[in-house]
Amino acid sequence: MARIIVVTSGKGGVGKTTTSAAFATGLALKGFRTAVIDFDVGLRNLDLIMGCERRVVYDFVNVINQEATLNQALIRDKRCDNLFILPASQTRDKDSLTTDGVERVLNEMGETFDYIVCDSPAGIERGATLAMYFADDAIVVTNPEVSSVRDSDRMLGILASKSRRAESGAEPIKEYLLLTRYSPERAKLGEMLSVDDVQEILSLHLLGVIPDSKAVLNASNSGAPVILDEKSDAGQAYDDAVRRYLGEDVPHRFINLEKKGFMSRLFGG
Amino acid sequence: MGLLDYFRGTKTDSAAVAKERLQILVAHERAERNKPDYLPMLQKELLEVIRKYVNVGQEAITVTMEKDDNREVLELNVVLPEPPDSHEPRAKRKRS
Repeated sequence: MARIIVVTSGKGGVGKTTTSAAFATGLALKGFRTAVIDFDVGLRNLDLIMGCERRVVYDFVNVINQEATLNQALIRDKRCDNLFILPASQTRDKDSLTTDGVERVLNEMGETFDYIVCDSPAGIERGATLAMYFADDAIVVTNPEVSSVRDSDRMLGILASKSRRAESGAEPIKEYLLLTRYSPERAKLGEMLSVDDVQEILSLHLLGVIPDSKAVLNASNSGAPVILDEKSDAGQAYDDAVRRYLGEDVPHRFINLEKKGFMSRLFGG
Repeated sequence: MGLLDYFRGTKTDSAAVAKERLQILVAHERAERNKPDYLPMLQKELLEVIRKYVNVGQEAITVTMEKDDNREVLELNVVLPEPPDSHEPRAKRKRS
């Protein structure tokens, strides 16, 4: 039985798809058979971030409507053998996702996968609520910014009340905080909420801090999840987060300001 | 931080403001969503009963539920209309 992970945030543009792509790739690189599903029907983008946009034939809604089999729709990642992408439909209405349909597809995938990563759309409409509904674990992606923190808290409320686990009285969904686009410099200057601030407000287990990094845009430009950029700070931060998720004790990095040399201190930069 | 900033010694602390605003807002929103489902219905029915005796508006009644560690408080607040001879502004009375 696969473990279902939802990547959610409420607010758009905070890094859900970047995180889904990186996290799923990270799990697959560690040897787990992993699938990543795009729940953003009508605005699919996971395919683009994963670099498989030209290989999409069938999609999630086709499988739900039984117009295609799961195996026809799943795209095997070119870089990693045990990673598969299930793209969202680009043309259908977002209401074409149904609870029963999603459950059936997840059950079928559950037989062969270790992890299923659900990339939630922004907002709290059907795609987002269905991405959360069947989850075992939730990664709440948050930027150190007021509207993102507030929306994250709202998602925590929904996770705690409107999920299969909540409704059946099972053990609650495990919630993790992933703070993205973080700048230790700005936090130190008091211009940006610090990791501690956000954690204090949301009181969530901190899975990782992803620094605001040029590597993220480079990765999406080239269609390769940023975790594959092993030299980059963001890539390393995602790898740390995956290892923490899998139970390793990895100290947090990219939280504190690196000591600057005299010259850069003098001239800025 | 460049040399000029270093000497100027300015430190914006908008993050502290953000944190404080969020703490208040999040606490408020959490309290709202932990309200029992029956509160709106209870409020509606109470209003109907009170209206049998006193002519009050829809907004004159508030029902709130507060929780702390070992008890729950259901608070019912009804603002009665001012007597006809009063000249005091209504808004002011409401607040007291």
